[in-house]
Amino acid sequence: MVTAQSPETEKYNVIGTRPIRHDGVDKVTGAAQYGADISLPGMLAGRVLRSPHAHARIVSIDTSKAEALDGVLAVITNADFPRASDEVIDTGEGTAQLNWVLDNVIASDKVLYKGHAVAAVAATDHHIAEDAIELIEVEYDVLIPVLDVRDAMVDGSPLLHDSLHTGEMDGSKSDNPSNTASHLQFTKGDLDAGFADADVVIEREFETSMAHQGYIEPHNGTAYYRADGTLDVWTSTQGAFVVRDSVAPLLQLSPSQVKVTPMEIGGGFGGKIPVYLEPLAALLSQKTGRPVKLTMNREEVLLATGPTSGTYMRVRMGAKRDGTITAADVHLAFEAGAYPGSPVGAGAMCALAPYDIPNQRIDGYDVVVNKPKTAAYRAPGAPQSEFATESVLNELAEELGLDPLEMRLQNACVEGAQRADGFTYGVIGNVECLQAAQDSPHWQSELQGPNRGRGIAQGFWFNIGFESSAYAQVNGDGTVPLVLGSTDIGGTRASIAMQLAETLGISAEDVHPHVVDTNSVGYTQVTGGSRTTFAGGWAAYETAMDIRRQMEERAAQIWECDTSDVSYGDDAIIRGPQDEDGNDQQFTFKELAAQLVTSGGHIVGRADVNKTSSGPAFATHIVDVEVDPDTGKVDVLRYTAVQDAGTAIHPAYVEGQMQGGVSQGVGMALNEEYYYDESGDLKNASLLDYRMPTALDLPMIEPIIVEVPNPGHPYGVRGVGEVPIIPPAPAVRAAIANAIGVHMTELPMSPRAILDATVLEDE
Amino acid sequence: MQAVKYARAGSVEEAVSLLQDGGDGARPLAGGTDVIVQARERTRDIDLFVDIKHIPEVVGISHGDDGSLTIGAATPCYQIYGDETIAANYPILVDSTSLIGGTAIQGRASLGGNLCNSSPAADGIPSLIVLEAQVEIAGPNGRRTVAVEDFCTAPGRNVLGAGEFAISLHFPAPAEGSGARFLRFIPRNEMDIAVTNAATQLRLDGDGNVTWARVAIGAVAPTPLLVSAAADAIVGQPLSEETIAAAAAASSAAANPITDMRGSVRQRVHLAGVLTERTIRQAAERAA
Repeated sequence: MVTAQSPETEKYNVIGTRPIRHDGVDKVTGAAQYGADISLPGMLAGRVLRSPHAHARIVSIDTSKAEALDGVLAVITNADFPRASDEVIDTGEGTAQLNWVLDNVIASDKVLYKGHAVAAVAATDHHIAEDAIELIEVEYDVLIPVLDVRDAMVDGSPLLHDSLHTGEMDGSKSDNPSNTASHLQFTKGDLDAGFADADVVIEREFETSMAHQGYIEPHNGTAYYRADGTLDVWTSTQGAFVVRDSVAPLLQLSPSQVKVTPMEIGGGFGGKIPVYLEPLAALLSQKTGRPVKLTMNREEVLLATGPTSGTYMRVRMGAKRDGTITAADVHLAFEAGAYPGSPVGAGAMCALAPYDIPNQRIDGYDVVVNKPKTAAYRAPGAPQSEFATESVLNELAEELGLDPLEMRLQNACVEGAQRADGFTYGVIGNVECLQAAQDSPHWQSELQGPNRGRGIAQGFWFNIGFESSAYAQVNGDGTVPLVLGSTDIGGTRASIAMQLAETLGISAEDVHPHVVDTNSVGYTQVTGGSRTTFAGGWAAYETAMDIRRQMEERAAQIWECDTSDVSYGDDAIIRGPQDEDGNDQQFTFKELAAQLVTSGGHIVGRADVNKTSSGPAFATHIVDVEVDPDTGKVDVLRYTAVQDAGTAIHPAYVEGQMQGGVSQGVGMALNEEYYYDESGDLKNASLLDYRMPTALDLPMIEPIIVEVPNPGHPYGVRGVGEVPIIPPAPAVRAAIANAIGVHMTELPMSPRAILDATVLEDE
Repeated sequence: MQAVKYARAGSVEEAVSLLQDGGDGARPLAGGTDVIVQARERTRDIDLFVDIKHIPEVVGISHGDDGSLTIGAATPCYQIYGDETIAANYPILVDSTSLIGGTAIQGRASLGGNLCNSSPAADGIPSLIVLEAQVEIAGPNGRRTVAVEDFCTAPGRNVLGAGEFAISLHFPAPAEGSGARFLRFIPRNEMDIAVTNAATQLRLDGDGNVTWARVAIGAVAPTPLLVSAAADAIVGQPLSEETIAAAAAASSAAANPITDMRGSVRQRVHLAGVLTERTIRQAAERAA
């Protein structure tokens, strides 16, 4: 591991170094409290009854036998919740109608996927709760399931929602109900003219499977509804405020009545933004007056929590013989799952984002099917859409006999380029990533051996800003507790604390970051969108500037001078005017901290930032694979991930994000899939048969951090978490094609799929 | 999971009596890596575990003076692959026992349990079949011995009757010039279950002729299969591309798999051939 600061961060004291994370000891000793660790006096165990059918009308639910079981204190169904309106609420990385949020938490008139919650019980122990749900009698009228996104879009397909009509970007709605919830389109230039200009045009169709985030900690939710009408919720979530603002309206409570405490989180990747168990625990607690804890097992996680969309995609792309891309036509149909809200919009905006293509059309369709409602998953929508476009671009390069990296450089977006959705880039590191990849030892090396191949791909992700809040107090010993609202998934306590430390000129170890509940810090959006180090760091920067101002004021008060004569230097020396004897007056940070109590009290700095700016992220990945032609198995031999981090605050965690993103991207590329039978039963709802890569399935992933500072951030931060999941699938596809000459058209490119496309093709 | 009774048997007789009294809801417990999960997930109705792994006869490894081998049915995998004589004389048992589960599972899981769980995809059974292993069974009517290839009857089912359990596995001494190999195909490199697996044991004489062979394949039928036609294809002549291909074709022909989330029919039929070919080649290397 490289430990020296990069040339870009050498000017900083803290940024660019690799301090031990503040929460590290608790994590490695097992002291950290995760969601399921919570235990309260009188706590009840909850359990959820789930639908055995993918699509059925609920005729009746009889809970009387369950209620009569000794030890059962409450049984609830959708009917026990207050009626939810169709008002649209903020659900973290998106919005949703409240009634659909409720119906996904617990089904109303229809079940829409296998595993859909139908009823929930609270009992004195989990054995009784398990027995109780088996005593609930549900009569179903089983309907034909809609399992394929193209079938779902056909007129005459069975409908999931009679009230759903296709929404267009102009606000109009289709006359007839449809499974297509919305259609969006981005265009630029003249598509026909662009294709007419092309010497080579390639069109490909792709299908990709739903894929789960695969966080190791299952969902959980514990609630205690108190006699005074306030509700406490403890849960593993990426956004405590989103949980508050979802649970409160579902129970018709004021946000002020609901306090959500985010526990430590064992992974999220976007999947721990929606609420599932929290509203059920809350209502069960309201019914019983006792705390209620609900946890999912792995099967429930895979059956009933949001994966990312499966898709059908079609891409047509044309280029001149010299490699100039003249036109691209992209069709994206995304499975939303049971309720509208796939990430097709983001997928559409990302599809061609790295390239300056004059003529474009991108159509996106958000389509409901009888599968679990999708949730955000690391760069939602982009791994799919960019898989399709990057794959066709690689084939164009191959067809034209051009170096795929050179062809990308030739067409790369630079500052000032505009996407089809209208966004114009500021300072970006697209070209810098490609150049760093070109210069890398991996790209410069020669790949030898039979059935081996190399592939590359580019990735783009927006990153977001939004609202973050923080406050910090200066203690007499010069240490600074820093209070945050962002769940720490990827080391953000450290990366935010480091930005506070940098601004104050103190050490990272003297800052003590704490993640607190929704009543104890200002509003903070979810840990997601690669926004936490960006926006949380900005809040920490402004908090520190607030402290600097107040420390200047305090020093002025001590020195009995004008505040304007005092300055807080970046070296953490507070300098004042010379005293009566002509001596320099100054305090170190710690010296002044020691005098705070006697000179007027502690200092508290605070900030709430809400930034609409962001620093887009680009990445270039290179992969070598070996394919066993007899079994179709692909082994990843070597992997290099290049990425523009803007400024790498804590390089080790940037590298960790890059390696983690690659691991998940390789999983999507090779083996991860939702395997349904024709009845809509998910047959592989376990981590045995839902195959994420293990440590033995991946080589050491070599990270190369590029730093093109984001001018829209005090320390140049871009997000880093999401973009590395995007290039792996198209890069692996290109490597497979390079190895065995077969261009795969589906994800995952499993041994079965590769055999079907090769030795078994003619059978 | 429901409350389950637990009884620790001190002798074979006590275990038989406990199992007999416990009826259909009683199951022998060795490592528990299958049955505890099955009880927890309610895929088997179990109300009594009879712990057999404290019975001396049911645990441990003994090597006979004639070179034969006896392994207690509840002996954990790590003891099997850690035994130097087994590693030298029966390396195919190391192939199997070091693949079942992961390191932690191998500390508990046993070959007897793998056999009695009777999964079509069991990674232990094809190796036992090609080694001509016999399983000794204790029950209310005394003891009996069954050839491993006759033990499994259907997925999760076998010849064990009421009150019966497996106490040990017996292996004849490896003949001069013999070699054996087990392979499985999984999409990943670890922590997975076989899409298809295969085992071959063969004997070579001084001239390189195959004088005897056994081939078994798994995860391609309701039970692991002994494929005599594959063995017949290579016996009586030196190994050649043609004979190996004929053996592979015989395994593919014998395979009668299903399509499920782990593999398709044609993938498994194809892999039965591929793995047969590879185990024959690698068994021959070990025999040489």
